[in-house]
Amino acid sequence: MSANGVRHWKMQRITAVALIPLSIWFLVSLLALPGHDYTTVVTWMAQKWSAGLLMIFIAVGAWHSHLGVTVVFEDYIQGGTRTFWIVVSRIAHIFAAFAMIFAVFYVAFGSRA
Amino acid sequence: MPDRPLSPHLSVYRKLKYTLLSSITNRFTGLGLTAGLLVLLYWIMAILGGPETYERAEHALAHPIFKLVLAGFLFAFSYHLIAGIRHLIWDTGRGLEKRQSQKSAWLVGVLSVVLTLVLAYWAFCPAVPR
Repeated sequence: MSANGVRHWKMQRITAVALIPLSIWFLVSLLALPGHDYTTVVTWMAQKWSAGLLMIFIAVGAWHSHLGVTVVFEDYIQGGTRTFWIVVSRIAHIFAAFAMIFAVFYVAFGSRA
Repeated sequence: MPDRPLSPHLSVYRKLKYTLLSSITNRFTGLGLTAGLLVLLYWIMAILGGPETYERAEHALAHPIFKLVLAGFLFAFSYHLIAGIRHLIWDTGRGLEKRQSQKSAWLVGVLSVVLTLVLAYWAFCPAVPR
């Protein structure tokens, strides 16, 4: 793991900095919607900027989450199952991120493709 | 064991310090936001499922207990955001003295509660113009 230590530290900081504007944008966009019914939400998501930023937010957010969970697992899981749980977390994060990005892409651009 | 310094075990601390509390809260709020990703996954999959699926999910998410969960996410977001900015300032080598980090631990706590209240008011008060 030691070879990855610097990379891990750097990526955690880079994703953290990127998430400051991205997470604020995401929360403010959701709170600013006039309602959260299907039509309103899809209309918002189908806008090019919303869809693009949302996909970037999901990717960066999932990455930052994976890095954070890895550190917690390294610190608090003792013994041989540690690596197993870190791999489980990695697969779950990748799966969740791809599912969400695909869904946003499909909702935003699917009907026009 | 990973080849990097690990967190000391919690029992080495005889009494709770603000700095320690702010560090552990940052971890818990971070994990809370990871749980938030799962809710986001559920919500986005419901949108992908179409109007009827979404309506069912919207109904489930409108439950009063989920309002509490949502308030928890707003606090987790506020705290993790502000504590994260504190960490990024530490990375530049500033604010690392004992007194400074005690002060900033308090500041992070106060600011995040204020931000949570503002966001909760915006989220839950229907009179806010949008």
